[in-house]
Amino acid sequence: MNLQIALLLGQDGLTNGAIYALLALALVLVFTVTRVIFIPQGEFVAYGALTLASLQVGAVPGTLWLLLGASILVCIAEIATAIRKRALRAIPRLLALYLAAPALLGLATWWLAPLKPPMPLQVLLTLALVVPLGPLLYRLAYQRLASASVLVLLIVSVAVHLVLSGLGLLFFGAEGSRTPAFSDQVLDIGTLRFSAQSLWVIGASGCLVAALGWFFGRTLYGKALRATAINRVGARLVGISTTLAGKLSFTLAALIGASSGVLIAPITTVYYDSGFLIGLKGFVAAIIGGLASYPIAAGGALLVGLLEAYSSFWASAFKEVIVFTLIIPVLLWRSLGKRQIEEEE
Amino acid sequence: MQARFLVAAMLLGLAAAAQAQIKVGVTLSATGPAASLGIPEKNTFALMPATLGGQKVEYIVLDDASDTTTAVKNTRKLIAEDKVDVVVGSTITPNSLAMIDVAAEGETPMISMAASARIVEPMDAKRYWVFKTPQNDSQMATAITQHMTDNGVTSAAFIGFSDAYGEGWWNEFSKIAELRKIRIVANERYSRSDTSVTGQVLKIMAANPDAVLIAGSGTPAALPQVALAERGYKGRIYQTHGVANNDFLRVGGKNVEGTVLPAGPMLVAEQLPDSNPIKKVALDYIKRYEAAYGAGSRSTFGAHAWDAGLLLARAVPIALKKAKPGTPEFRKALRDALESTSNLVADHGVFNMTKADHLGFDQRARVMVKIENGKWKLIQ
Repeated sequence: MNLQIALLLGQDGLTNGAIYALLALALVLVFTVTRVIFIPQGEFVAYGALTLASLQVGAVPGTLWLLLGASILVCIAEIATAIRKRALRAIPRLLALYLAAPALLGLATWWLAPLKPPMPLQVLLTLALVVPLGPLLYRLAYQRLASASVLVLLIVSVAVHLVLSGLGLLFFGAEGSRTPAFSDQVLDIGTLRFSAQSLWVIGASGCLVAALGWFFGRTLYGKALRATAINRVGARLVGISTTLAGKLSFTLAALIGASSGVLIAPITTVYYDSGFLIGLKGFVAAIIGGLASYPIAAGGALLVGLLEAYSSFWASAFKEVIVFTLIIPVLLWRSLGKRQIEEEE
Repeated sequence: MQARFLVAAMLLGLAAAAQAQIKVGVTLSATGPAASLGIPEKNTFALMPATLGGQKVEYIVLDDASDTTTAVKNTRKLIAEDKVDVVVGSTITPNSLAMIDVAAEGETPMISMAASARIVEPMDAKRYWVFKTPQNDSQMATAITQHMTDNGVTSAAFIGFSDAYGEGWWNEFSKIAELRKIRIVANERYSRSDTSVTGQVLKIMAANPDAVLIAGSGTPAALPQVALAERGYKGRIYQTHGVANNDFLRVGGKNVEGTVLPAGPMLVAEQLPDSNPIKKVALDYIKRYEAAYGAGSRSTFGAHAWDAGLLLARAVPIALKKAKPGTPEFRKALRDALESTSNLVADHGVFNMTKADHLGFDQRARVMVKIENGKWKLIQ
């Protein structure tokens, strides 16, 4: 291995690591706020990438049907709750939010998709289709179980993951897709060559992380999420709705997942089930951060990315083994190094 | 009392009617990692003839989700509960190998749609019941090394799936390459779900081989080739017949131009000379398939399923003369008829089965194909 190969591998590792970092942040966020180990996180990556890919060939993506179906279910559930609570005045607002808005989005997609709009518009449309799935999923699968044990929530996550990947096969087919790069430019710095796309990935990930930092540090909603993460009961006592916090964290998770998907779609072929493994690597990083610390999780993600890149050079047959074995020393270190605090269930 | 008798009589009548028809049990991988192979096979079973030898046929199609345990469970269910006369499946080698024991135990003939030669070789008491329709890997590997030596390739690198498919190809290719004095300078693995193969590709580039063989199936096989093209690799690139579907061309785009691969003749049916008997059979299948699923939807994997149907269409009438469907005698007769198949022209070649060879393909079962202008082009 010479210096150039080492640098190329480093670049590759950082690009992948940036994606894992985003997913790790989303996993930590969802876990701290709702105690859900969010296995379907990776599905949002696949849905984001494949929705963009189908828009690019001028087809109406299957994600739209999922969005419409989920909205209708949520609408029925919400109206039922409203009637039970005798809050009939909320119904028009619910109808507008869960029926009219998705229908408008559907019409827009149906009208825009065959026109093959420019790339930025396609990306926006993709995000508009995939991100609402986050809060809708929370409402359908998790909200009623918000106070259940971590184990029950994990089991629900597995179920949601299986449903989403099955629907992915139905919507996008078994074969993968690749989208054209945001730009084909290549940047030469010294002997090193960067593809513009990998710079896009690293840059966009950095921006997203900075935006999240600002959101948590400076805005009221961000602070509410942080408060819920630190102490759910305390947060409720000061008037923070846990339901709102849950929905918000799932929206952010879906946003992060879909953006990651849009970012990696030009670098690699994405399949309906690719998301799971990508999400799992983000999970390894989140575990390194103890499912609690954002900076350590992000650092862990870069470590996973680099380890993956270098092990694919030295021992390609054992790449996954090496990456996932990383979790054992981390768990050992975490369980030996700290006194265990059992969370009350 | 009378009503009860009537019901009983009706049930008996139903049972008798069910006994009279031929039951074909199918287990294939329509979901999971092998879905891109299993879906066209499943589609093909929907086009199968409703009668064979004047007898009604019922196709019971089950999905094994590319999972070995499920494939075995499906096979047990088909044989024990549905009492099928023949089992067709599965799509992939590990599943098919695991099903051999069950089929032999149930004394039911089985036709596999998976590639590995180990499914029917070496012939023994269990494989007595097992047949297969796709070409063996070794047949395809021989064709690749032949093409390599003809074109002056002296060193080659190998990159394949880190599963049974890649491992099987590595065994065949390394063996034959050694005989043909092709030096193998790199042996790398990647998995179907990998997002990057930069490490493996850099290592291959550093070894600077004349040619690279990529052993993957479907669109995931495009990943190393795109990475090689991006890094400016100029040598020859070979793929295996696992990539022979149009999705591979779609995902690979201009990066897979000039790729050479061995494939079943069905892939380039239109370009075959009229003197080739396979042309007519293959075009007939393609016409039916594309009429049902849209132009350009053809896949060589679906044709393996169709070939299993052709084998049955030849063997069932012969077996019907000896015994009634639903009996052990019929299954034995069907097995014997399958084994004596001779000169049956199919989509992927001409079947000439013998006691020792339960595939029965010869050189006619493969052609060399090159990708030119985003199309498969037959190399004459």
